[in-house]
Amino acid sequence: MKDISISINKVDNEDKCSGKAKYVADYKLEGMLYAFTVRSQIAKGEILKIEYPELPNGYYVVDYKDVPGKNIVKVIYEDMPVFTTGKITYLYEPISLIIGPEKQVLNDLLKQVKITYKEEEPVFEWTDSVVHYHFDKGLGEKAFQGLEKVEYDYKTSYQEQAYIETQGFIGYPEKDKVTLLGSIQCPYYVKNAVVQALGEKEDNVRVIQATVGGAFGGKEEYPSLIGCQLAVAVKKIKKPIQLIFEREEDMLVTTKRHPSRVHFEGYVLDNKIHGLKAVVGIDGGANIGLSGVVLSRALIACTGAYKIDNLDISGDVFRTNTVPNGAFRGFGAPQMFFAVEMFFEHVAKKLGIDPLEFKLNHLAKQNDFTSTMGIFRDPVLMPEMITKVIETSDYLNKRKEYEKSEFKGVGMSLFFHGCGFTGSGEQNHIKAKVKLKKDKDKVYILIAAVDMGQGVKTSFRKLVSHILEIDIERVIFDNPDTDFVPDSGPTVASRTMMIVGGIVARAAKEMKDRFDEESFVVEKQYVQPEYIKYDEATFKGDAYPAYSWGVNVVEVEVDKDTYQVSIKKTWSVYDIGKAIDERIVMGQADGGLAQGLAYGYLEVMEHKQGKIMQKNMTDYIIPTAMDMCPMETYLFDNPYAFGPYGAKGVGELSLIGGAPAVAMAIEQAIKRRVFKIPVTPEYIMELINNGEN
Amino acid sequence: MAKIKFKLNGEIKELDTDPSRRLLDVLRDDFNLTGPKEGCGEGECGACAVLMNKEIVNSCSVPLANVLNKEIITIEGFSKTKRYQVIKDSFAKAGGVQCGFCTPGMIIATESLLNKNPHPNEFEIKIGLSGNLCRCTGYNLIIEAVKLAAEAGEGLW
Ligand code: FES
Ligand code: FES
Repeated sequence: MKDISISINKVDNEDKCSGKAKYVADYKLEGMLYAFTVRSQIAKGEILKIEYPELPNGYYVVDYKDVPGKNIVKVIYEDMPVFTTGKITYLYEPISLIIGPEKQVLNDLLKQVKITYKEEEPVFEWTDSVVHYHFDKGLGEKAFQGLEKVEYDYKTSYQEQAYIETQGFIGYPEKDKVTLLGSIQCPYYVKNAVVQALGEKEDNVRVIQATVGGAFGGKEEYPSLIGCQLAVAVKKIKKPIQLIFEREEDMLVTTKRHPSRVHFEGYVLDNKIHGLKAVVGIDGGANIGLSGVVLSRALIACTGAYKIDNLDISGDVFRTNTVPNGAFRGFGAPQMFFAVEMFFEHVAKKLGIDPLEFKLNHLAKQNDFTSTMGIFRDPVLMPEMITKVIETSDYLNKRKEYEKSEFKGVGMSLFFHGCGFTGSGEQNHIKAKVKLKKDKDKVYILIAAVDMGQGVKTSFRKLVSHILEIDIERVIFDNPDTDFVPDSGPTVASRTMMIVGGIVARAAKEMKDRFDEESFVVEKQYVQPEYIKYDEATFKGDAYPAYSWGVNVVEVEVDKDTYQVSIKKTWSVYDIGKAIDERIVMGQADGGLAQGLAYGYLEVMEHKQGKIMQKNMTDYIIPTAMDMCPMETYLFDNPYAFGPYGAKGVGELSLIGGAPAVAMAIEQAIKRRVFKIPVTPEYIMELINNGEN
Repeated sequence: MAKIKFKLNGEIKELDTDPSRRLLDVLRDDFNLTGPKEGCGEGECGACAVLMNKEIVNSCSVPLANVLNKEIITIEGFSKTKRYQVIKDSFAKAGGVQCGFCTPGMIIATESLLNKNPHPNEFEIKIGLSGNLCRCTGYNLIIEAVKLAAEAGEGLW
């Protein structure tokens, strides 16, 4: 039988190339109305009065008074109202929807809404801690006494997912049901949120995924908010309604990557970090939402790809009167890996040792304890991967050469990603279920996993056809519809192939044994590997069932006059267990790295008094084809026992190493230490004038 | 209101409508051609690209008045051609399609480029694609696809 990694034609190429693939905005329903959102114009305060203009016939306002169930969006931490009841906590917070048949009229009506506020002083400083975590490893800070202390601070800013398709839904009534069709990553997150907001029976809410034009975490929890709003409107008005954001609205109001600050203290003896203290802060924005989970992933990654025996780690989510932050590919790890990679670089320099040698001396190995006293159970191939990247990139020679030249540099980042949910999330919260149905000569994959471009439609059909040894055409996998598929969990956390794929593979094996039966269904549920024991309160145990690993080398040139950075080339090596389709994985590798690099030097987003300053694709610069450089990528097989064919997580890994690698390369090019990203020309100028080498 | 006549995917069309409407809306709403997508609505992303007299334009930035007596080809029209087949196969082979939201625009950009320059070098390809944003692929696989198309389509352009 052929190696599963050998690439096949993606099953949706044809529809996506020809323009036939239907995204949510491409559906038009008979009598469909449009919904526009009324938003607060202040960052903090109380609404005293709202005056709506007189509505023409067929126009409606929907607000919190129309929410029949609980006026809270169900996400991990429930503190976001579906519509505000009057309290304003950030600029452009949703107040109500205005709905009707003509967009032009709606626009005019929107402008005539008059709101009187009692304004309060908004908080933008990071002072209001709403989540605090702390954990130790080894002797904790007791181990620090008498050792040499080296300390540095690091900062990261916002990053916007910038999916090319903005957020949106169409909602419509079906008898007693409210049905939502949307651009979403997590059909059941939306369904469960709507059930709660409507106070409805489960059967009366249906959520269907349309083709998704990119998501990157941005369509993980945010759609639950607008899905609830729209569902409330459909329930009230009983007509089909479209709620689709324009780009500006999407940029200003949807969740972004949390800005972060990391303070590190390393306690050193004989050129080794024996103890590490970290104090971490992230800006949650106005709601907590997923921020606690983002913070915990960041904290767990505090030692990077290294082993440090004694830790004292703490972190806070701060509430500010800014747009709520949320999921974005990497989920806390990109912030922490930037900080920890730079820290190792800077400590080594301070000690006068070669950074690579210093890092190699700390590298985690198989059977080492993780930061939370879990164990890296599987082989760690990092030494071989580093050798490979050095060979292919000529890193050592370049590193030496650029020490002597100006405005050229190379950087190398070492990193991992914990695959799947943190801790016992799968077992305790998600409890993923999958179904495989055989109906005569066809096999149907019934799961809630969403293809948002990462290719799960292809890779899952391939997986099942491979196991059943049947033609891929006989395996059907439609966009999930909660009326037909069980809850296999959200499409997040690099869990889809490893976790859901693992369950599907088990189901397929059972189906194969009974394949001569004409029609039947196999149902399977997630079973947690026995070794996974994790205590969320104390951060103790195996935080992840498996880890994917990566190495990036990035070569840059900095223009000596304009300080513009151009990336010459990248070299990457990844251990993702086993690729289910090599071409798909290579696409994820390129795309993730492009986002990670851009996070490090190009993408600037900031707020002033709570207002996001980059409101469109002209202000917020993402890479174009002109910014891209050749990328050389290698995959190392390292099969994981519980992943299908040994597969581990792919999606997030490739984003994580980009920013630190590019920042280190720039650091070498300008001979100044870099402490924050993005490393913009303005920051480079500041460093050249005042920075230290 | 004004009467506007133009050729759309090979057929003559005449509309009596507000000439300041965006071509993108007319294509999507009046002709149900949903291949051109709205990504930004301001001429930045290229998701709405179509061919106007064989040249790529962002249909979100073209008022209908400008289309008078012109020939418009959308991805729906272009997908009936041999050139499309070659480009599509190259995108598939290179792995240039992920979420697909940028893809119709990228294919239009490829056609527009190869039509002017059947043998572009890498730099020319990058310039040719520089008006089209893709957030998924990091572009290299799309650049690769254009190279493959130029080779495989020898003689077609
Ligand atoms: S929608 Fe026209 S260029 Fe973006
Ligand atoms: S494939 Fe998703 S934007 Fe290009």
